[in-house]
Amino acid sequence: MKVVLKNLTKRFPNRNKKIGGEVIAVDNFDFEIPDGKLIGLLGPSGCGKSTALNLISGLLEPTEGQIFFGEDEVTKLPPENRGVGLVFQNYALYPHMTVLQNIMFPLQNLKGDKKLPKEEIVRRAKEAAHLVQIDQLLERKPAEMSGGQQQRVAIARALVKMPKVLLLDEPLSNLDARLRLQTREEIRRIQKETGITTIFVTHDQEEAMSISDLIVVMKDGAVHQIAPPQEVYDDPVDLFVAKFLGTPAINVFRGEAKGGRLLLAGEAVLDIPGVKDGPLAVGIRPEGFKPDPQGPLAVSLRNVEVMGRDTSVVFDHPAAESENPRAIVASDERPAGHEKTIRFRLDPKKVHLFDPETEKRIRPEG
Amino acid sequence: MKKSGAKGWLYLLPAIVLLGLFMVYPLIDVFVYSAEEGYNFVTQTAKGIGLYNYSYVLRDPYFLQAVKNTFIIVIITVPLSTGFALLIALALNSITKLKELFQTVYFLPYVTNTLAVGLVFMILFRRTAYTDGMINLLIQLFGGQGVDFIDGPYWAKMFVMCFYTIWVVLPFKVLILTSALASVNQDYYNAARIDGTSKGRIFRRITLPMISPMLFYLIITGFIGAFKAYSDEVALFGTNLNEAGMNTIVGYVYDMLYGSAGGYPSYASAAAVILFAIVLTITCVNLMVSRKTVHY
Repeated sequence: MKVVLKNLTKRFPNRNKKIGGEVIAVDNFDFEIPDGKLIGLLGPSGCGKSTALNLISGLLEPTEGQIFFGEDEVTKLPPENRGVGLVFQNYALYPHMTVLQNIMFPLQNLKGDKKLPKEEIVRRAKEAAHLVQIDQLLERKPAEMSGGQQQRVAIARALVKMPKVLLLDEPLSNLDARLRLQTREEIRRIQKETGITTIFVTHDQEEAMSISDLIVVMKDGAVHQIAPPQEVYDDPVDLFVAKFLGTPAINVFRGEAKGGRLLLAGEAVLDIPGVKDGPLAVGIRPEGFKPDPQGPLAVSLRNVEVMGRDTSVVFDHPAAESENPRAIVASDERPAGHEKTIRFRLDPKKVHLFDPETEKRIRPEG
Repeated sequence: MKKSGAKGWLYLLPAIVLLGLFMVYPLIDVFVYSAEEGYNFVTQTAKGIGLYNYSYVLRDPYFLQAVKNTFIIVIITVPLSTGFALLIALALNSITKLKELFQTVYFLPYVTNTLAVGLVFMILFRRTAYTDGMINLLIQLFGGQGVDFIDGPYWAKMFVMCFYTIWVVLPFKVLILTSALASVNQDYYNAARIDGTSKGRIFRRITLPMISPMLFYLIITGFIGAFKAYSDEVALFGTNLNEAGMNTIVGYVYDMLYGSAGGYPSYASAAAVILFAIVLTITCVNLMVSRKTVHY
């Protein structure tokens, strides 16, 4: 089931009555989520991700705009009639019910001709439990399980009524690092097996990159970029997206375009044909620095951090805006560590130019 | 380890001594008194040991009347007051406007003196030579037949008594239940809404189990409090409760000790032990029921 958002906007009255006015939590969302895909809503805390999810689930009503599931408009439908499954950040498992009772709960709510016989409810609940691999835990209470197990129960409960759309609110934030890796692959697997259109909210760019088919990057209620993970990383539309994705973070420099060349602290480091003369914000991915004794970019070496497979070179440069500019180089190319300056050549694909005022991307020709 | 054990007991000593002196010893003494036959208050001697005190008390019509009154008050007021409190708390929880005002209004009786409230109730319900009282006037306005609630038939007195008791215990229960309801995580309700749970089912399957520990606490303390009722009766009907036919078990104990027919600590102790046995039984039954229905 594809999900279409049309001019979706949610405004809240400002909590602080002295300031007054309104807070725009979701600003004019206008995009389509294709059927059967896993979508990551990515953005820093407080950017309106969860609000967007609650609008789709129906827990919140939009101020403006429409929501379609497939061809049907659901904007005015109450949550129970939308056919969505929602996994809460804290799982919201009913603590006084066993796992099986928790999973059966949505099915027991069905009324009228949708009502199911008891055996069918149990059978489907067990099927959902099997899908998330918690068959052994059906008689446990939520408090007797680990966070990861609770998470699975929450997913099973959301899946058991066969929702058209599955929504996950920060599904991994309460898990420890190891479990997080495991569970995100699990979510990916379950999504692939069921083929349900899934939207999940996260502030962790790595999480979004690793399992999404599409990433929606947002900030302050506005969508900045919608693209597959690799594209968001390789081809960010603005400085915010470039800074938000990637670990270690992109290095930002104050630069200048002059005669089709990029100048950093007055030195030409790269050809950028077709870019108008003027100041630039320059983002260079850490892997875009190639050690080269004849390279045009000279930096003073601060520190070399060995990480095994590759090496992280922390350096100083007069034009750097990032506090700890960092290059990632292959271990066999790493500097010895006692040099004062080292020289790099830049990989043009890893260098992104932005307008320093609007922060929008500027693309050189060719 | 042995040394620290001794130290531990040393720290506990003040509490143990005080509790032993003022709680455990009197408790044991009550049992002893209740078994001493023909105890003389002045010489502090008894003729012998036996169960005569119990058989006397259990045959005393005043005691039987007191037991009957107490049970009626307990059975009527505990469920009704808890139920009303739950309804009021649910209503308070679902409004946003004027919520604080109503919370204060419902809590006011709690900070008001029982005797003062009793006086007001008496004035509202009593029929005197000069007026029928406000409640009777209201009843007559709607075409009913007035009745003297304070000095009239038994059922009328019992009605005022239960009404008054419920009114007095309500605010505390409302307060507890309002905060219990407010502390239920909103996500449970959101999850239930997404799953299309009906309001009744949300209440039965989510709200009730979530607040069941508080509800259980209120029922247990409500039972115990109602069994120990005495001051409310005095506030409404004065100190001569036997004559009014509105005595309670605690009232009977008091009368046996200090009342006009008083000076019988043995009968008083026997009655107190019987009350203790009743409360203990009810509390045990409560605990057994709660094991299946209360979710911590």
